[in-house]
Amino acid sequence: MSTGTAVATGRRSVAAARARPGFGGLARRVAFYALVIVILLPFLFVFYWMIINSFKTLVDAQAWPPKFWGFTPTLANYRALFQDPANPFLDFTINSLVIATGATLLGLILGLPAAYSIARYKQNGLGLVILTARIMPGISFLVPLYIIFSRLGMIDTYSSLIISHLIVTMPIIVWLMVGFFEDLPRELEEAARVDGASMFGTFWRISLPLSKAGIVASAILAFIFSWNNFMFSLVLTSVNTKTLPVAVFNFMGYSSINYGAISAAAALITLPVIVLVLFVQRHIVQGLTAGGIKG
Amino acid sequence: MVFPAPAIAFLLLTMLFPVAFTLYMSVQRWEFSALDPPTFIGLRNYADFLFNDARFWPSVARTFAFTLLAVAVETVLGVAIALIFNREFLGKGLIRTIFLFPMVATPVAIALVWATMFDPNLGVLNYFVEELGLPPVLWTSDADWVLPALALVDIWEWTPFITLITLAGLSSLPSEPYEAARIDGASPRQILWDLTLPMLRPTIVVAVLFRAIDALKTFDIIQVITQGGADFSSETLNIYAFQNAFNYYHLGYASAILVFFFMLVMGVSILLLRVRRAAE
Repeated sequence: MSTGTAVATGRRSVAAARARPGFGGLARRVAFYALVIVILLPFLFVFYWMIINSFKTLVDAQAWPPKFWGFTPTLANYRALFQDPANPFLDFTINSLVIATGATLLGLILGLPAAYSIARYKQNGLGLVILTARIMPGISFLVPLYIIFSRLGMIDTYSSLIISHLIVTMPIIVWLMVGFFEDLPRELEEAARVDGASMFGTFWRISLPLSKAGIVASAILAFIFSWNNFMFSLVLTSVNTKTLPVAVFNFMGYSSINYGAISAAAALITLPVIVLVLFVQRHIVQGLTAGGIKG
Repeated sequence: MVFPAPAIAFLLLTMLFPVAFTLYMSVQRWEFSALDPPTFIGLRNYADFLFNDARFWPSVARTFAFTLLAVAVETVLGVAIALIFNREFLGKGLIRTIFLFPMVATPVAIALVWATMFDPNLGVLNYFVEELGLPPVLWTSDADWVLPALALVDIWEWTPFITLITLAGLSSLPSEPYEAARIDGASPRQILWDLTLPMLRPTIVVAVLFRAIDALKTFDIIQVITQGGADFSSETLNIYAFQNAFNYYHLGYASAILVFFFMLVMGVSILLLRVRRAAE
Protein backbone atom coordinates (compact mmCIF):
# COMPACT_ATOMS: atom_id res chain seq x y z
CA MET A 1 0.00 0.00 0.00
CA SER A 2 2.99 2.22 0.51
CA THR A 3 3.40 1.90 -3.26
CA GLY A 4 -0.04 3.30 -3.86
CA THR A 5 0.53 6.29 -1.64
CA ALA A 6 3.98 6.93 -3.04
CA VAL A 7 2.54 7.02 -6.52
CA ALA A 8 -0.38 9.12 -5.48
CA THR A 9 1.70 11.74 -3.70
CA GLY A 10 4.26 11.67 -6.48
CA ARG A 11 1.66 12.31 -9.14
CA ARG A 12 0.12 15.13 -7.17
CA SER A 13 3.53 16.66 -6.53
CA VAL A 14 4.26 17.04 -10.23
CA ALA A 15 0.89 18.62 -10.87
CA ALA A 16 1.33 20.90 -7.89
CA ALA A 17 4.83 21.85 -8.92
CA ARG A 18 3.57 22.93 -12.31
CA ALA A 19 0.63 24.86 -10.89
CA ARG A 20 2.50 26.94 -8.32
CA PRO A 21 6.27 26.83 -8.20
CA GLY A 22 6.27 27.81 -4.54
CA PHE A 23 8.06 26.27 -1.60
CA GLY A 24 5.68 23.31 -1.24
CA GLY A 25 6.18 22.29 -4.87
CA LEU A 26 9.93 22.48 -4.51
CA ALA A 27 9.91 20.38 -1.35
CA ARG A 28 7.84 17.72 -3.10
CA ARG A 29 10.15 17.72 -6.05
CA VAL A 30 13.14 17.25 -3.75
CA ALA A 31 11.28 14.37 -2.06
CA PHE A 32 10.63 12.76 -5.45
CA TYR A 33 14.28 12.93 -6.48
CA ALA A 34 15.28 11.56 -3.07
CA LEU A 35 13.00 8.58 -3.74
CA VAL A 36 14.55 8.09 -7.20
CA ILE A 37 18.03 8.04 -5.67
CA VAL A 38 16.97 5.54 -3.00
CA ILE A 39 15.67 3.27 -5.76
CA LEU A 40 18.81 3.57 -7.89
CA LEU A 41 21.28 3.17 -5.04
CA PRO A 42 21.27 -0.64 -4.71
CA PHE A 43 21.57 -1.10 -8.49
CA LEU A 44 24.50 1.30 -8.73
CA PHE A 45 26.21 0.18 -5.54
CA VAL A 46 27.16 -3.26 -6.87
CA PHE A 47 28.96 -1.64 -9.82
CA TYR A 48 30.53 0.96 -7.55
CA TRP A 49 31.77 -1.74 -5.21
CA MET A 50 33.23 -3.77 -8.08
CA ILE A 51 35.12 -0.77 -9.46
CA ILE A 52 36.29 0.64 -6.13
CA ASN A 53 37.54 -2.76 -4.91
CA SER A 54 39.45 -3.31 -8.13
CA PHE A 55 41.70 -0.36 -7.16
CA LYS A 56 42.33 -1.56 -3.59
CA THR A 57 45.42 -3.25 -2.20
CA LEU A 58 44.89 -6.59 -0.45
CA VAL A 59 45.00 -4.79 2.91
CA ASP A 60 42.41 -2.18 1.92
CA ALA A 61 40.15 -4.80 0.34
CA GLN A 62 40.11 -6.75 3.61
CA ALA A 63 39.69 -3.74 5.90
CA TRP A 64 36.94 -3.74 8.51
CA PRO A 65 34.83 -1.65 8.48
CA PRO A 66 34.94 -1.79 4.65
CA LYS A 67 36.46 1.27 2.96
CA PHE A 68 33.88 3.00 0.79
CA TRP A 69 36.29 5.79 -0.18
CA GLY A 70 39.44 7.50 1.05
CA PHE A 71 42.13 4.92 0.32
CA THR A 72 45.17 5.20 -1.96
CA PRO A 73 44.15 3.62 -5.27
CA THR A 74 46.47 1.13 -6.95
CA LEU A 75 46.60 -0.37 -10.43
CA ALA A 76 48.36 -3.46 -9.09
CA ASN A 77 45.32 -5.72 -9.54
CA TYR A 78 44.99 -4.87 -13.23
CA ARG A 79 48.74 -5.15 -13.78
CA ALA A 80 48.78 -8.57 -12.10
CA LEU A 81 45.98 -9.80 -14.37
CA PHE A 82 48.04 -9.19 -17.48
CA GLN A 83 51.43 -10.22 -16.07
CA ASP A 84 50.63 -13.54 -14.43
CA PRO A 85 51.99 -16.20 -16.84
CA ALA A 86 49.88 -18.90 -15.19
CA ASN A 87 46.76 -16.91 -15.98
CA PRO A 88 47.17 -15.25 -19.40
CA PHE A 89 44.28 -12.82 -19.31
CA LEU A 90 45.16 -11.36 -22.68
CA ASP A 91 44.78 -14.81 -24.27
CA PHE A 92 41.38 -15.28 -22.63
CA THR A 93 40.30 -11.89 -23.93
CA ILE A 94 41.38 -12.84 -27.44
CA ASN A 95 39.52 -16.17 -27.15
CA SER A 96 36.35 -14.38 -26.07
CA LEU A 97 36.68 -11.87 -28.90
CA VAL A 98 37.30 -14.53 -31.59
CA ILE A 99 34.41 -16.72 -30.45
CA ALA A 100 31.90 -13.89 -29.98
CA THR A 101 32.83 -12.30 -33.31
CA GLY A 102 32.71 -15.63 -35.15
CA ALA A 103 29.38 -16.63 -33.63
CA THR A 104 27.91 -13.20 -34.43
CA LEU A 105 29.07 -13.19 -38.07
CA LEU A 106 27.93 -16.76 -38.69
CA GLY A 107 24.70 -15.96 -36.86
CA LEU A 108 24.10 -13.07 -39.26
CA ILE A 109 24.87 -15.16 -42.35
CA LEU A 110 22.40 -17.85 -41.29
CA GLY A 111 19.95 -15.73 -39.32
CA LEU A 112 19.29 -12.87 -41.75
CA PRO A 113 17.92 -14.98 -44.64
CA ALA A 114 15.92 -17.06 -42.16
CA ALA A 115 14.44 -13.94 -40.54
CA TYR A 116 13.67 -12.48 -43.97
CA SER A 117 11.80 -15.54 -45.08
CA ILE A 118 9.83 -15.71 -41.82
CA ALA A 119 8.91 -12.02 -42.17
CA ARG A 120 7.97 -12.24 -45.86
CA TYR A 121 6.32 -15.62 -46.05
CA LYS A 122 4.68 -15.85 -42.64
CA GLN A 123 6.34 -19.08 -41.65
CA ASN A 124 4.71 -19.21 -38.25
CA GLY A 125 6.00 -22.69 -37.58
CA LEU A 126 9.49 -21.28 -37.27
CA GLY A 127 8.37 -18.81 -34.64
CA LEU A 128 7.18 -21.79 -32.64
CA VAL A 129 10.56 -23.47 -33.06
CA ILE A 130 12.31 -20.41 -31.66
CA LEU A 131 9.84 -20.28 -28.76
CA THR A 132 10.57 -23.92 -28.00
CA ALA A 133 14.26 -23.10 -28.02
CA ARG A 134 13.49 -20.33 -25.51
CA ILE A 135 11.98 -22.88 -23.14
CA MET A 136 14.60 -25.61 -23.66
CA PRO A 137 17.22 -25.84 -20.91
CA GLY A 138 20.65 -24.96 -22.33
CA ILE A 139 22.02 -28.33 -21.16
CA SER A 140 19.74 -30.09 -23.69
CA PHE A 141 21.77 -28.41 -26.44
CA LEU A 142 25.02 -28.99 -24.64
CA VAL A 143 24.78 -32.77 -24.19
CA PRO A 144 24.53 -33.63 -27.92
CA LEU A 145 27.10 -30.96 -28.82
CA TYR A 146 29.50 -32.33 -26.25
CA ILE A 147 29.13 -35.92 -27.51
CA ILE A 148 29.52 -34.93 -31.18
CA PHE A 149 32.50 -32.63 -30.60
CA SER A 150 34.21 -35.27 -28.43
CA ARG A 151 33.79 -37.89 -31.16
CA LEU A 152 35.22 -35.48 -33.74
CA GLY A 153 38.08 -34.48 -31.42
CA MET A 154 36.85 -30.87 -31.57
CA ILE A 155 36.56 -30.07 -27.86
CA ASP A 156 38.51 -26.91 -27.03
CA THR A 157 38.68 -25.59 -30.61
CA TYR A 158 37.42 -22.26 -31.92
CA SER A 159 35.16 -24.00 -34.46
CA SER A 160 33.26 -26.04 -31.87
CA LEU A 161 32.81 -22.99 -29.64
CA ILE A 162 31.64 -20.77 -32.46
CA ILE A 163 29.13 -23.42 -33.54
CA SER A 164 27.85 -23.86 -29.97
CA HIS A 165 27.56 -20.09 -29.46
CA LEU A 166 25.44 -19.92 -32.63
CA ILE A 167 22.67 -21.40 -30.48
CA VAL A 168 22.94 -18.24 -28.39
CA THR A 169 23.35 -15.67 -31.18
CA MET A 170 20.99 -16.94 -33.88
CA PRO A 171 17.67 -16.76 -32.01
CA ILE A 172 18.35 -13.13 -31.02
CA ILE A 173 19.24 -12.15 -34.57
CA VAL A 174 16.24 -13.93 -36.07
CA TRP A 175 13.83 -12.62 -33.44
CA LEU A 176 14.93 -8.98 -33.78
CA MET A 177 15.30 -9.02 -37.55
CA VAL A 178 11.87 -10.52 -38.25
CA GLY A 179 10.45 -7.35 -36.71
CA PHE A 180 12.73 -5.11 -38.77
CA PHE A 181 12.00 -6.88 -42.08
CA GLU A 182 8.26 -6.80 -41.41
CA ASP A 183 8.42 -3.03 -41.02
CA LEU A 184 10.14 -2.47 -44.38
CA PRO A 185 7.92 -0.94 -47.05
CA ARG A 186 7.05 -3.70 -49.50
CA GLU A 187 6.68 -1.35 -52.46
CA LEU A 188 10.45 -1.01 -52.88
CA GLU A 189 10.93 -4.75 -53.02
CA GLU A 190 8.04 -5.19 -55.41
CA ALA A 191 9.46 -2.50 -57.67
CA ALA A 192 12.81 -4.28 -57.70
CA ARG A 193 11.12 -7.56 -58.59
CA VAL A 194 9.20 -5.90 -61.43
CA ASP A 195 12.50 -4.54 -62.75
CA GLY A 196 13.74 -8.10 -62.96
CA ALA A 197 15.77 -8.47 -59.77
CA SER A 198 15.97 -12.00 -58.44
CA MET A 199 14.65 -12.93 -55.02
CA PHE A 200 18.18 -12.98 -53.65
CA GLY A 201 19.07 -9.77 -55.46
CA THR A 202 16.12 -8.00 -53.86
CA PHE A 203 17.12 -9.25 -50.43
CA TRP A 204 20.79 -8.36 -50.93
CA ARG A 205 20.49 -4.98 -52.64
CA ILE A 206 17.22 -3.58 -51.26
CA SER A 207 16.15 -5.18 -47.99
CA LEU A 208 19.52 -5.55 -46.27
CA PRO A 209 20.77 -1.98 -46.87
CA LEU A 210 17.42 -0.66 -45.63
CA SER A 211 17.74 -2.62 -42.37
CA LYS A 212 21.25 -1.54 -41.51
CA ALA A 213 20.23 -0.13 -38.10
CA GLY A 214 18.51 -3.37 -37.16
CA ILE A 215 21.43 -5.49 -38.31
CA VAL A 216 23.87 -3.45 -36.22
CA ALA A 217 21.62 -3.66 -33.16
CA SER A 218 21.07 -7.41 -33.43
CA ALA A 219 24.78 -8.00 -34.11
CA ILE A 220 25.79 -6.05 -31.00
CA LEU A 221 23.24 -7.88 -28.88
CA ALA A 222 24.31 -11.24 -30.25
CA PHE A 223 27.93 -10.35 -29.49
CA ILE A 224 27.03 -9.44 -25.88
CA PHE A 225 25.15 -12.70 -25.35
CA SER A 226 28.04 -14.72 -26.69
CA TRP A 227 30.57 -12.71 -24.68
CA ASN A 228 28.53 -13.32 -21.51
CA ASN A 229 27.90 -17.01 -22.14
CA PHE A 230 29.18 -19.24 -19.37
CA MET A 231 27.64 -22.71 -19.53
CA PHE A 232 28.63 -23.70 -23.08
CA SER A 233 32.15 -22.36 -22.69
CA LEU A 234 32.53 -24.02 -19.28
CA VAL A 235 31.96 -27.47 -20.80
CA LEU A 236 33.49 -27.07 -24.26
CA THR A 237 36.68 -25.12 -23.52
CA SER A 238 39.92 -26.14 -21.92
CA VAL A 239 43.41 -24.60 -21.98
CA ASN A 240 43.37 -23.39 -25.61
CA THR A 241 40.07 -21.58 -26.01
CA LYS A 242 39.10 -20.65 -22.45
CA THR A 243 36.87 -17.58 -22.53
CA LEU A 244 36.86 -14.76 -19.98
CA PRO A 245 33.83 -15.88 -17.93
CA VAL A 246 35.30 -19.38 -17.50
CA ALA A 247 38.76 -17.99 -16.75
CA VAL A 248 37.40 -15.68 -14.07
CA PHE A 249 35.30 -18.47 -12.60
CA ASN A 250 38.43 -20.64 -12.28
CA PHE A 251 40.37 -17.62 -11.05
CA MET A 252 38.09 -17.35 -8.02
CA GLY A 253 39.19 -20.83 -6.93
CA TYR A 254 42.81 -19.95 -6.26
CA SER A 255 42.49 -16.33 -5.17
CA SER A 256 39.31 -16.65 -3.17
CA ILE A 257 40.33 -14.05 -0.61
CA ASN A 258 41.88 -11.49 -2.97
CA TYR A 259 38.77 -9.41 -3.59
CA GLY A 260 40.75 -6.69 -5.34
CA ALA A 261 41.94 -9.10 -8.01
CA ILE A 262 38.50 -10.69 -8.43
CA SER A 263 36.90 -7.25 -8.78
CA ALA A 264 39.46 -6.16 -11.37
CA ALA A 265 38.73 -9.26 -13.45
CA ALA A 266 34.97 -8.75 -13.12
CA ALA A 267 35.31 -5.09 -14.13
CA LEU A 268 37.37 -5.95 -17.20
CA ILE A 269 34.74 -8.41 -18.48
CA THR A 270 31.85 -6.07 -17.79
CA LEU A 271 33.28 -2.86 -19.21
CA PRO A 272 32.99 -3.72 -22.95
CA VAL A 273 29.39 -4.84 -22.42
CA ILE A 274 28.43 -1.59 -20.72
CA VAL A 275 30.01 0.41 -23.56
CA LEU A 276 28.25 -1.65 -26.25
CA VAL A 277 24.90 -1.34 -24.49
CA LEU A 278 25.01 2.42 -24.89
CA PHE A 279 24.70 1.93 -28.67
CA VAL A 280 21.72 -0.40 -28.66
CA GLN A 281 19.66 0.80 -25.69
CA ARG A 282 16.33 0.80 -27.48
CA HIS A 283 16.58 -2.83 -28.54
CA ILE A 284 17.83 -4.41 -25.33
CA VAL A 285 14.52 -5.32 -23.75
CA GLN A 286 13.21 -6.82 -26.98
CA GLY A 287 16.46 -8.72 -27.37
CA LEU A 288 16.21 -10.02 -23.82
CA THR A 289 12.71 -11.34 -24.39
CA ALA A 290 14.13 -13.28 -27.34
CA GLY A 291 16.26 -14.37 -24.51
CA GLY A 292 18.98 -16.48 -25.97
CA ILE A 293 19.92 -19.48 -23.96
CA LYS A 294 20.49 -18.44 -20.39
CA GLY A 295 20.90 -21.75 -18.67
CA MET B 1 11.75 -18.97 -52.21
CA VAL B 2 14.85 -21.11 -52.62
CA PHE B 3 17.68 -19.03 -51.19
CA PRO B 4 16.68 -18.97 -47.49
CA ALA B 5 16.19 -22.76 -47.50
CA PRO B 6 19.65 -23.67 -46.16
CA ALA B 7 19.33 -21.14 -43.35
CA ILE B 8 15.93 -22.46 -42.35
CA ALA B 9 17.12 -26.05 -42.57
CA PHE B 10 20.00 -25.18 -40.26
CA LEU B 11 17.69 -23.37 -37.86
CA LEU B 12 15.40 -26.40 -37.67
CA LEU B 13 18.34 -28.73 -37.30
CA THR B 14 19.93 -26.86 -34.40
CA MET B 15 16.61 -26.53 -32.58
CA LEU B 16 14.93 -29.86 -33.30
CA PHE B 17 17.93 -32.18 -33.27
CA PRO B 18 18.70 -31.59 -29.57
CA VAL B 19 15.07 -32.36 -28.71
CA ALA B 20 15.17 -35.64 -30.60
CA PHE B 21 18.60 -36.50 -29.28
CA THR B 22 17.66 -35.80 -25.64
CA LEU B 23 14.59 -38.03 -26.01
CA TYR B 24 16.74 -40.80 -27.51
CA MET B 25 19.43 -40.52 -24.82
CA SER B 26 16.84 -40.48 -22.05
CA VAL B 27 16.03 -44.17 -22.63
CA GLN B 28 19.68 -45.24 -22.74
CA ARG B 29 22.23 -45.97 -20.10
CA TRP B 30 25.57 -44.43 -21.01
CA GLU B 31 28.47 -43.23 -18.89
CA PHE B 32 30.28 -41.60 -21.83
CA SER B 33 32.58 -44.58 -22.23
CA ALA B 34 34.02 -45.57 -25.59
CA LEU B 35 34.10 -49.25 -24.55
CA ASP B 36 30.52 -49.42 -23.31
CA PRO B 37 28.17 -48.07 -25.96
CA PRO B 38 24.74 -46.77 -24.90
CA THR B 39 22.33 -49.57 -23.94
CA PHE B 40 18.57 -49.28 -24.26
CA ILE B 41 16.95 -49.53 -20.82
CA GLY B 42 13.42 -48.29 -21.57
CA LEU B 43 11.98 -45.95 -18.99
CA ARG B 44 14.30 -47.03 -16.18
CA ASN B 45 16.06 -43.64 -16.00
CA TYR B 46 12.71 -41.96 -15.46
CA ALA B 47 11.67 -44.48 -12.82
CA ASP B 48 15.02 -44.03 -11.09
CA PHE B 49 14.84 -40.28 -10.59
CA LEU B 50 11.11 -40.29 -9.88
CA PHE B 51 11.24 -42.99 -7.20
CA ASN B 52 14.82 -43.76 -6.12
CA ASP B 53 16.79 -40.53 -6.13
CA ALA B 54 17.08 -38.67 -2.85
CA ARG B 55 18.46 -35.57 -4.59
CA PHE B 56 15.83 -35.25 -7.30
CA TRP B 57 12.62 -34.06 -5.60
CA PRO B 58 14.38 -31.67 -3.22
CA SER B 59 16.00 -30.05 -6.27
CA VAL B 60 12.57 -29.68 -7.89
CA ALA B 61 11.25 -28.03 -4.73
CA ARG B 62 14.25 -25.67 -4.60
CA THR B 63 13.78 -24.73 -8.26
CA PHE B 64 10.21 -23.68 -7.51
CA ALA B 65 11.08 -21.95 -4.24
CA PHE B 66 13.84 -19.92 -5.89
CA THR B 67 11.66 -19.00 -8.87
CA LEU B 68 8.62 -18.06 -6.79
CA LEU B 69 10.61 -15.92 -4.39
CA ALA B 70 12.67 -14.16 -7.06
CA VAL B 71 9.88 -13.55 -9.57
CA ALA B 72 7.33 -12.47 -6.94
CA VAL B 73 9.67 -9.85 -5.47
CA GLU B 74 10.81 -8.73 -8.94
CA THR B 75 7.20 -8.27 -10.06
CA VAL B 76 6.09 -6.24 -7.04
CA LEU B 77 9.24 -4.10 -6.99
CA GLY B 78 9.46 -3.80 -10.77
CA VAL B 79 5.87 -2.64 -11.20
CA ALA B 80 6.10 -0.28 -8.21
CA ILE B 81 9.27 1.34 -9.57
CA ALA B 82 7.69 1.66 -13.02
CA LEU B 83 4.68 3.45 -11.52
CA ILE B 84 6.99 5.86 -9.71
CA PHE B 85 9.05 6.54 -12.85
CA ASN B 86 5.97 6.92 -15.05
CA ARG B 87 6.12 10.70 -15.50
CA GLU B 88 8.32 13.21 -17.23
CA PHE B 89 11.26 14.31 -15.12
CA LEU B 90 14.83 15.38 -15.61
CA GLY B 91 17.15 12.35 -15.78
CA LYS B 92 14.54 9.80 -16.85
CA GLY B 93 16.56 8.78 -19.90
CA LEU B 94 19.66 8.31 -17.76
CA ILE B 95 17.73 6.09 -15.35
CA ARG B 96 16.49 3.91 -18.21
CA THR B 97 20.10 3.43 -19.29
CA ILE B 98 21.29 2.61 -15.77
CA PHE B 99 18.48 0.07 -15.47
CA LEU B 100 19.84 -1.81 -18.48
CA PHE B 101 23.21 -2.45 -16.83
CA PRO B 102 22.27 -5.18 -14.29
CA MET B 103 20.54 -7.18 -17.05
CA VAL B 104 23.36 -7.12 -19.58
CA ALA B 105 26.44 -7.13 -17.34
CA THR B 106 28.24 -10.48 -17.59
CA PRO B 107 26.44 -12.74 -15.08
CA VAL B 108 29.67 -14.47 -14.02
CA ALA B 109 31.24 -11.09 -13.17
CA ILE B 110 28.15 -9.96 -11.27
CA ALA B 111 28.01 -13.27 -9.40
CA LEU B 112 31.67 -12.86 -8.36
CA VAL B 113 31.04 -9.38 -7.00
CA TRP B 114 28.04 -10.66 -5.03
CA ALA B 115 30.14 -13.58 -3.77
CA THR B 116 32.61 -11.09 -2.28
CA MET B 117 29.73 -9.11 -0.76
CA PHE B 118 28.23 -12.28 0.80
CA ASP B 119 31.46 -13.11 2.66
CA PRO B 120 30.30 -13.58 6.29
CA ASN B 121 33.48 -12.03 7.79
CA LEU B 122 34.66 -9.38 5.34
CA GLY B 123 31.63 -8.88 3.12
CA VAL B 124 30.00 -5.48 2.85
CA LEU B 125 26.49 -6.93 3.27
CA ASN B 126 27.15 -7.98 6.85
CA TYR B 127 28.58 -4.51 7.50
CA PHE B 128 25.22 -3.02 6.46
CA VAL B 129 23.35 -5.63 8.50
CA GLU B 130 25.39 -4.80 11.60
CA GLU B 131 24.97 -1.06 11.04
CA LEU B 132 21.23 -1.70 11.15
CA GLY B 133 21.75 -3.33 14.56
CA LEU B 134 20.94 -6.84 13.32
CA PRO B 135 22.99 -9.99 13.91
CA PRO B 136 25.31 -10.94 11.00
CA VAL B 137 24.14 -13.59 8.53
CA LEU B 138 26.14 -16.46 7.01
CA TRP B 139 24.47 -15.83 3.63
CA THR B 140 25.50 -18.50 1.11
CA SER B 141 27.22 -20.66 3.75
CA ASP B 142 23.95 -21.13 5.63
CA ALA B 143 21.54 -23.80 4.36
CA ASP B 144 18.53 -21.64 5.26
CA TRP B 145 19.87 -18.43 3.77
CA VAL B 146 21.49 -19.62 0.57
CA LEU B 147 18.35 -19.70 -1.63
CA PRO B 148 17.09 -16.27 -0.50
CA ALA B 149 20.62 -14.90 -0.98
CA LEU B 150 20.77 -16.24 -4.56
CA ALA B 151 17.25 -14.94 -5.18
CA LEU B 152 18.51 -11.53 -4.04
CA VAL B 153 21.11 -11.58 -6.83
CA ASP B 154 18.44 -12.56 -9.34
CA ILE B 155 16.17 -9.79 -8.03
CA TRP B 156 18.99 -7.27 -8.42
CA GLU B 157 19.63 -8.45 -11.99
CA TRP B 158 16.04 -8.69 -13.23
CA THR B 159 13.79 -6.23 -11.40
CA PRO B 160 14.75 -3.65 -14.08
CA PHE B 161 13.40 -6.02 -16.75
CA ILE B 162 9.91 -5.91 -15.20
CA THR B 163 10.23 -2.14 -14.70
CA LEU B 164 11.16 -1.42 -18.31
CA ILE B 165 8.45 -3.68 -19.77
CA THR B 166 5.86 -2.15 -17.41
CA LEU B 167 6.97 1.37 -18.37
CA ALA B 168 6.48 0.50 -22.04
CA GLY B 169 3.03 -0.89 -21.18
CA LEU B 170 2.14 2.26 -19.21
CA SER B 171 3.06 4.55 -22.09
CA SER B 172 0.67 2.72 -24.41
CA LEU B 173 -2.38 2.89 -22.12
CA PRO B 174 -5.32 4.89 -23.53
CA SER B 175 -6.00 8.26 -21.88
CA GLU B 176 -9.83 8.28 -22.18
CA PRO B 177 -10.52 6.09 -19.11
CA TYR B 178 -8.37 8.43 -17.03
CA GLU B 179 -10.30 11.50 -18.15
CA ALA B 180 -13.56 9.74 -17.36
CA ALA B 181 -12.27 8.72 -13.93
CA ARG B 182 -11.15 12.25 -13.16
CA ILE B 183 -14.55 13.64 -14.13
CA ASP B 184 -16.14 11.06 -11.83
CA GLY B 185 -13.88 12.30 -9.04
CA ALA B 186 -11.90 9.08 -8.52
CA SER B 187 -9.05 9.30 -6.01
CA PRO B 188 -5.48 8.61 -7.18
CA ARG B 189 -5.55 5.37 -5.21
CA GLN B 190 -8.77 4.24 -6.89
CA ILE B 191 -7.28 5.12 -10.27
CA LEU B 192 -4.22 2.98 -9.52
CA TRP B 193 -6.03 -0.11 -8.26
CA ASP B 194 -9.18 -0.03 -10.39
CA LEU B 195 -7.83 1.38 -13.63
CA THR B 196 -4.06 1.27 -14.14
CA LEU B 197 -3.25 -2.13 -12.69
CA PRO B 198 -6.13 -4.03 -14.38
CA MET B 199 -5.22 -2.46 -17.74
CA LEU B 200 -1.57 -3.38 -17.19
CA ARG B 201 -2.29 -6.99 -16.33
CA PRO B 202 -1.60 -8.51 -19.79
CA THR B 203 1.76 -6.67 -19.94
CA ILE B 204 2.74 -7.81 -16.46
CA VAL B 205 1.77 -11.42 -17.18
CA VAL B 206 4.02 -11.48 -20.27
CA ALA B 207 6.92 -10.04 -18.27
CA VAL B 208 6.33 -12.63 -15.54
CA LEU B 209 6.22 -15.39 -18.17
CA PHE B 210 9.64 -14.49 -19.54
CA ARG B 211 11.06 -14.08 -16.05
CA ALA B 212 9.62 -17.38 -14.82
CA ILE B 213 11.07 -19.32 -17.77
CA ASP B 214 14.53 -17.87 -17.13
CA ALA B 215 14.39 -18.10 -13.34
CA LEU B 216 13.51 -21.81 -13.52
CA LYS B 217 16.61 -22.29 -15.68
CA THR B 218 18.98 -20.09 -13.62
CA PHE B 219 22.50 -21.47 -13.96
CA ASP B 220 25.31 -18.92 -14.00
CA ILE B 221 24.86 -17.21 -10.64
CA ILE B 222 24.23 -20.48 -8.77
CA GLN B 223 27.14 -22.29 -10.42
CA VAL B 224 29.52 -19.41 -9.68
CA ILE B 225 28.44 -18.51 -6.15
CA THR B 226 27.57 -21.89 -4.56
CA GLN B 227 27.73 -24.71 -7.16
CA GLY B 228 24.68 -26.15 -5.43
CA GLY B 229 25.99 -25.78 -1.83
CA ALA B 230 25.83 -25.19 1.09
CA ASP B 231 25.41 -28.94 1.46
CA PHE B 232 23.13 -29.24 -1.65
CA SER B 233 20.74 -26.60 -0.30
CA SER B 234 20.93 -24.53 -3.49
CA GLU B 235 21.01 -27.46 -5.90
CA THR B 236 18.21 -26.67 -8.34
CA LEU B 237 17.05 -29.00 -11.11
CA ASN B 238 19.26 -27.32 -13.71
CA ILE B 239 22.35 -27.55 -11.50
CA TYR B 240 21.56 -31.19 -10.67
CA ALA B 241 21.12 -32.07 -14.36
CA PHE B 242 24.42 -30.35 -15.12
CA GLN B 243 26.16 -32.31 -12.35
CA ASN B 244 24.80 -35.57 -13.74
CA ALA B 245 25.81 -34.75 -17.29
CA PHE B 246 29.23 -33.17 -16.89
CA ASN B 247 30.56 -34.18 -13.47
CA TYR B 248 29.31 -37.79 -13.25
CA TYR B 249 28.91 -38.30 -17.04
CA HIS B 250 25.57 -40.06 -16.55
CA LEU B 251 24.46 -38.77 -19.92
CA GLY B 252 21.39 -40.99 -20.26
CA TYR B 253 20.18 -40.23 -16.76
CA ALA B 254 20.83 -36.50 -17.22
CA SER B 255 18.87 -36.55 -20.49
CA ALA B 256 15.85 -38.11 -18.77
CA ILE B 257 16.00 -35.39 -16.11
CA LEU B 258 16.21 -32.79 -18.88
CA VAL B 259 13.07 -34.16 -20.55
CA PHE B 260 11.27 -33.81 -17.21
CA PHE B 261 12.75 -30.31 -16.78
CA PHE B 262 11.66 -29.24 -20.26
CA MET B 263 8.11 -30.42 -19.60
CA LEU B 264 8.11 -28.61 -16.28
CA VAL B 265 9.16 -25.28 -17.84
CA MET B 266 6.70 -25.86 -20.68
CA GLY B 267 3.92 -26.56 -18.13
CA VAL B 268 4.62 -23.34 -16.23
CA SER B 269 4.65 -21.39 -19.52
CA ILE B 270 1.31 -22.83 -20.65
CA LEU B 271 -0.17 -22.07 -17.25
CA LEU B 272 0.96 -18.44 -17.45
CA LEU B 273 -0.31 -18.09 -21.03
CA ARG B 274 -3.72 -19.30 -19.78
CA VAL B 275 -3.62 -16.59 -17.11
CA ARG B 276 -2.85 -14.07 -19.81
CA ARG B 277 -5.75 -15.18 -21.96
CA ALA B 278 -8.03 -14.90 -18.95
CA ALA B 279 -6.70 -11.39 -18.32
CA GLU B 280 -7.47 -10.17 -21.81
